[in-house]
Amino acid sequence: MTPPDDFRSRIEQQRAYLLRFARLQLRDRDAAEDAVQETLLAALGAEASYAGRSELRTWLTGILKHKIIDAIRRANREPQASLDDADDAAALEELFDRSGHWGAPVAAWRDPDASLEQVQFFEVLEACLAGLPAKTARAFMMREHMGLETDEICKELGITPTNCWVMLYRARMALRLCLEARWFGVQETSRR
Amino acid sequence: MKPILSCREVTRLVSQGLDRRLGFGERVALRLHFAICRSCTRFNRQMSFLREGTRRLADAETLRNR
Repeated sequence: MTPPDDFRSRIEQQRAYLLRFARLQLRDRDAAEDAVQETLLAALGAEASYAGRSELRTWLTGILKHKIIDAIRRANREPQASLDDADDAAALEELFDRSGHWGAPVAAWRDPDASLEQVQFFEVLEACLAGLPAKTARAFMMREHMGLETDEICKELGITPTNCWVMLYRARMALRLCLEARWFGVQETSRR
Repeated sequence: MKPILSCREVTRLVSQGLDRRLGFGERVALRLHFAICRSCTRFNRQMSFLREGTRRLADAETLRNR
């Protein structure tokens, strides 16, 4: 086999991973496929610049992140119905009493590190993410999945830093409640 | 930054601490609060865990093949 074909097949082996990475952020199968396709094409044309300096997956993921941001930009330009936000903000307020203390004490999560070894945990986490309002989830995943800094996220989403922090806060609060209800709570009862 | 934070304020600050570098006063105020509040201490750990879990999400498929 000639070296170029070898490179092509090594790239191709990463497709499933890249697709999953893109889908987690974009929530849209077609958009994710497109971003991955563009990434693979760009990678093929840039073999010389790869030169084995980093792991192939890391290098490809770096390219993919740019393609994903392009896709987010394109989607942002289209008018979107924003039914989001308001109701999850209200739910958060109920966690605290009037003086700002926890309404109910926070329970410890039992052996969270063991959860990170279980594929079922990640399925629950994904389901919880899918339950977030679209904008909130987008901001959260840009931060935690793509690893972007908040100022980049603000710029891409056209919101102020304060807005960004509020959105990330809401996402985290909602995900915490969801994991507690659907994973850590369940775990506890099944052990009894 | 006032020295006594409510739990609600602590949760906001913990979250922001994951997104920006907190100021000295903010960090001290959080420490003081954690020292006397088990709920917020747990909350803080849960937020770090959430970050770790989300970071590993893309790799989770590999667990299936073990």
